[in-house]
Amino acid sequence: MSNIELRKVLGDSLLEIMEKDSRIVVLNADLCKAGGLQDIQKEFPSRAFNVGVAEANMVTIAAGMASYGYIPFVSSFSPFATRRVCDQLAISVCYAQLPVKIIGTDPGISAELNGGTHMGVEDIGVIRSLNTMVIYEPVDALQLKQAIPQIIEHDGPVYIRLHRKTVDDVFGDDYKFDLFSADVIKEGKDVTIFASGLMVQESIEALKLLSDKNIDAELINVHTIKPIDVDTIVRSAKKTGCVVTCENHSTIGGLYSAIAETLSREYPCPMAAIGMDNCFGEVGYIPYLKERFKMRKEDIAMACENIIKRKEVLV
Amino acid sequence: MTLKEAALSIRENTLRCISSIGVGHIGGCLSIADILAVLYFKHMNVDSSNPKKENRDRLVVSKGHAGPAVYATLALKGYFPIEMLDTLNQSGTNLPSHCDMRKTPGIDMTAGSLGQGLSCAVGIALASRLANDGAYTYAIIGDGESQEGQIWEAAMYAGNQKLNRLIVFTDYNDLQIDGKVSEVNGLEPLKDKWESFNFNTIVVDGHNLDELDNAIISAKKQDKPTMIIAKTTKGKGVSFIEEKGAGNHNAPFSKEDYEQAIEELRRNV
Repeated sequence: MSNIELRKVLGDSLLEIMEKDSRIVVLNADLCKAGGLQDIQKEFPSRAFNVGVAEANMVTIAAGMASYGYIPFVSSFSPFATRRVCDQLAISVCYAQLPVKIIGTDPGISAELNGGTHMGVEDIGVIRSLNTMVIYEPVDALQLKQAIPQIIEHDGPVYIRLHRKTVDDVFGDDYKFDLFSADVIKEGKDVTIFASGLMVQESIEALKLLSDKNIDAELINVHTIKPIDVDTIVRSAKKTGCVVTCENHSTIGGLYSAIAETLSREYPCPMAAIGMDNCFGEVGYIPYLKERFKMRKEDIAMACENIIKRKEVLV
Repeated sequence: MTLKEAALSIRENTLRCISSIGVGHIGGCLSIADILAVLYFKHMNVDSSNPKKENRDRLVVSKGHAGPAVYATLALKGYFPIEMLDTLNQSGTNLPSHCDMRKTPGIDMTAGSLGQGLSCAVGIALASRLANDGAYTYAIIGDGESQEGQIWEAAMYAGNQKLNRLIVFTDYNDLQIDGKVSEVNGLEPLKDKWESFNFNTIVVDGHNLDELDNAIISAKKQDKPTMIIAKTTKGKGVSFIEEKGAGNHNAPFSKEDYEQAIEELRRNV
């Protein structure tokens, strides 16, 4: 499915579900096409609402619809679906315990030429601090397609951190997705790479570099960053004894923080972080931005080598 | 119960509720007592024995700090025993200062962070229209709250969507925490503002039950949403609360104050 854009996977899946499930409605804030929801607007005009450029209103209208019994999906670019509407999400959605599903597109460096203003690098941090919110970041088309029904059935708010464009397939046809279970992509014994979103494909590339150096790394996709799959994370950390996290997000508040919070309680061990290091984004295409923010396969491989050395010093 | 009796009883029970803990948002509760009386004792299709009844009319009290006035009304309607009013803000209570749909039977939407409730009401009205249930959605917003930008985001969309079953009240008592609304950051010309956002807009004396009733009756005949600007007095009905002005927003209220206030309310019936 690697030739299909993730936004189309989302739009088509929702459209299919909406035929049978009358609870689903979608709300946009002038990014209907950008979010891949234009076919829904066409097929179900009475169940698709475009509130214009007014994200706070969109999210809170969705809360009102959810209080009535609908399951609304709202969509915008990731900073405007999260950071901009933090209080609306905190009070009208989370505090009120309403099952609004938030789609934040173009997370992190995938905002590319929209640059720093649109490059949500703190969205997970913002959302993760909101009680009850689930955070899911898809990895490939197959996974996303399987995730949507589970997101609908989860009776609570979910943030979907959606890279809109095409990505390489990670999972095969036999893949079975569970919203609350991290996926072990490759088993290994020397170091664990916990990766999310775009950084999973980059980490798969890094595995080859590591293998050339006889390093047997374990790669785990943490697609759901909250609530985090504590068992899988702790089991892997105990096995390998050191950890590198890879995320398309600030290293403050995101995957690194979530894993560090988990392991500091359960199994403290040496950790390193690949991600945006307390900085804003800037314009550029993904390959440049990966290089600029030290998020390439080479950076991941080097972080793994270094953290293994630290583990050995500790032993 | 006549509307006048209902309004008096809502005020008495609001005062009881706040006096039980000795402090509360007393001014802005008393200013909406008459609106609540007309809504719950004349217009709203609700059933206290089935608070989640489908097709019911719903109310979002966006100025969520008026919780005690709403609780007094709901208790009178039989949603819960009157004695429960004495649990306001007590540890573990189901009657928190600000309205919470997950705690109190009859509360349709959680509110407290100002500016959000009108958007919630717009969402409910859209949902109600989509479900074609024939219900009305009501909202009460504060005048100080109307300084929040989101109120106008919600207004713009409601007007464009012609949500004719959405009926909104502004509790226009011209007082907010720091002083007179007109001096802090005035709303005028408020009627023109709502009309320009494509609302049918009616200005009434917010303590005149007939005017409120007639405004709602006329709102139900419109092909667009209605804003009823209710000119009110913060603390209405109890002179020593009214006289505190902006100081009555969140004020101490003892058992002695309660006795004195009840005496005045009954004397003036």
